[in-house]
Amino acid sequence: MAIVYQKTKGLQDTELHYCPGCHHGIAHKLIAEVMDEMGILDDAIGICPVGCSVFAYKYFNCDMQGAAHGRAPANASAIKRLLPDSPVFTYQGDGDLASIGVAEIVHAAMRGEKFTTFFINNGIYGMTGGQMAPTTLIGQKATTCPSGRTVEQAGRPIHMAEMLSTLEGVAYSTRVCLTDIPNIMKAKKAIRKAFEMQMAKKGFTFVEILSACPTNWGLSPIKSLDWIKNDMIPVYPLGDIKDIDKEVAKDA
Amino acid sequence: MLKQVICAGFGGQGALSIGKSIIEAGMAEGLNVTWSPSYGPEMRGGTANCHVVLSDEPIGSPVFTRATGLIAMNYPSLVKFEPNVVPGGLILVNSSVVTEKVKRDDVRAYYIPSTDIATEIGNIKVANMVMMGAYLAATKAFKVETVEEMIKGMFTGSKAKLIPANIEALHRGMECIK
Amino acid sequence: MAKELWKGNEAIGEAAVRAGCDGYFGYPITPQSEVPEYMSWRMPQVGRVFLQSESEVATINMLYGGGAAGKRVMTSSSSPGIALMQEGFSYMAISEVPCVVVNCMRGGPGLGTIQPGQSDYMQATRGGGNGDYYNVVLAPCNMQETVDFVQEAFDIADQYRNPVMVVVDGLIGQMMEPIEWHDVPKRDIPPKTWATTGKHGRDHTNVIQSLEIDPESCNATNGRLHQKFMEMKKNEVRFDAENCDDAEVVVVAYGTPARIVMSAMKELREEGVKVGLFRPITIWPYPTEQLRKLAGEDHVKNFLVVEMSEGQMVEDVDFAVQGQKPITFYGVSGGAIPTIEAIKEHVMALLKEAK
Repeated sequence: MAIVYQKTKGLQDTELHYCPGCHHGIAHKLIAEVMDEMGILDDAIGICPVGCSVFAYKYFNCDMQGAAHGRAPANASAIKRLLPDSPVFTYQGDGDLASIGVAEIVHAAMRGEKFTTFFINNGIYGMTGGQMAPTTLIGQKATTCPSGRTVEQAGRPIHMAEMLSTLEGVAYSTRVCLTDIPNIMKAKKAIRKAFEMQMAKKGFTFVEILSACPTNWGLSPIKSLDWIKNDMIPVYPLGDIKDIDKEVAKDA
Repeated sequence: MLKQVICAGFGGQGALSIGKSIIEAGMAEGLNVTWSPSYGPEMRGGTANCHVVLSDEPIGSPVFTRATGLIAMNYPSLVKFEPNVVPGGLILVNSSVVTEKVKRDDVRAYYIPSTDIATEIGNIKVANMVMMGAYLAATKAFKVETVEEMIKGMFTGSKAKLIPANIEALHRGMECIK
Repeated sequence: MAKELWKGNEAIGEAAVRAGCDGYFGYPITPQSEVPEYMSWRMPQVGRVFLQSESEVATINMLYGGGAAGKRVMTSSSSPGIALMQEGFSYMAISEVPCVVVNCMRGGPGLGTIQPGQSDYMQATRGGGNGDYYNVVLAPCNMQETVDFVQEAFDIADQYRNPVMVVVDGLIGQMMEPIEWHDVPKRDIPPKTWATTGKHGRDHTNVIQSLEIDPESCNATNGRLHQKFMEMKKNEVRFDAENCDDAEVVVVAYGTPARIVMSAMKELREEGVKVGLFRPITIWPYPTEQLRKLAGEDHVKNFLVVEMSEGQMVEDVDFAVQGQKPITFYGVSGGAIPTIEAIKEHVMALLKEAK
């Protein structure tokens, strides 16, 4: 019988520890598939964060480093400078990237470091048990804002993809989600484009992935998909925010 | 032989350079040397000084409170470091800038109009080398040929034209010590 | 080889270049900014990497990334910057990532002063970051030792797969002194088969990370690392003892204060005073056994510890001496430098007491 679908070689045969309905698994699979399809898996070096995806080093079938909290872009900057032809990516959550690691991501982007960052935005701290993140929506409940995030107390959510797109070192900044097949296909295309632009040494590439956290949102996996569509996307609109290829095409 | 010299002045007066010339000459004669600058915000327009040690034995402390010599390029430096000079020690005062005299009578003091001499030579930048000449003559710490060779090594290529003025400055400084 | 006159900080950079440093990462801070300034042109000149980071926090994690990728990496900083780096030291120790860090110490705490200090002794020798780990800490007292140790530090780091620190003070960084470039002894370094370089056909992934969520497994890792630290302790102790064979007063000092003690000792010996200098060259591992043995000698009546701190090394001296002889401390901190005269006075006072 012909094989029509099989697990990507980009992932190891390790059981994922993620909760039911969590989107980390889909994001992992897409990144792994793209690396395999592009033939860069054997050269790639990934850096996983502190957060739920701290164990990603067990899952990706490429060399991996586990960074200190928020510092993955610093690790990646050094690796890419020292091994300029190697594909390098960081995989970071919103506490890691948008809170404790803001300086590292902003400066890596400013320098136009030629690696790719995958930013999992689920609006909450997962691993530590559902505390407020910089990406938590106004009114969204978390264990450190039990009545919901307020502007007075915590300001408004941070828009990393937009913020980073203002830096000239950034070649590509986009936001995707994983709520259904069409969006998953779009996400995969974005991941591939980011890796391709990295390998073409065009600059820093950034893919923000809106992601479900049913456990800490207190919602079922299905309801979580609705919440992304109805609550998150209005605040974090999908699509390319910056693509220097398109800008070049426009200018021409 | 152990010489501990403080070179001090306003930033830009060349006190640190005089110290460097002293250790380079000492090194050329096979002595052990150290040069330790004051550093920090005061270097911008304020006072600058360095501690220089020359010795025929391995050097212990690169900094000291008892100086065998002081080269004071301005008045505040003279006031500040005069008490540090050991009895019988040497004080060279840049008398083009400092009109006051050394108060102590247990030291050898010489007044070197280094800026005036440099102006006469036609290059104010050689004032340092005038002081270097005076130090050489007052201490006999190294041979004049050593310093002349050092000057030739310092100015090469398009800068070689500066050699005669520096050598003249060296000798004019030496003549100040009688 | 002929002697060359170098400024301390620039010589530190050149020593790293000669040791085959692949990448220098750093952030400006007085009194060591001449190191990144020198490396900014020197590293590209030899086809290697220089990167000015956004902070010391980023710097140390750049070393983590680059070192874990199998490259020889280095940074230099000064006390407040080194404080910020402690997270990375801890990560690299458990992940067994080699790197070289030079701390050009200044007076603290806080922003403190930019003048020379030794108040990072505890931080350097006790781990500094979280968890059970140690770094080899070399403490040169002059420029020649500084350049030799910076070169050797890369080999020590690679041999043990562990960060190695070289601690100097602002004075050594700023001063000029002649040096000779030595071929420092090369160690037998196994190939870095563990490095995250990309698989390139390897049948398994290499992983460098520090998480050990299972207590038993974390305990086992710590135990294994502890064995390694004990190996380091056994093999890497260095010290120097001058005039200690008949000394009644033994001065214990490292770095710049040790040099000042040498001057004081020379003058005192000329006056017939039996004073010696015990100089730890590694402050971790500490030459505990050697100092303990010296403390047991009948001719030794007193120890005097001299530091540019409020007495941080006294604990180590105390542990070594174990009450066999009295210990006195003379130190200055906050950027002040001990004087030859004050050291002499302290030695003379101890001798008077002993009589």
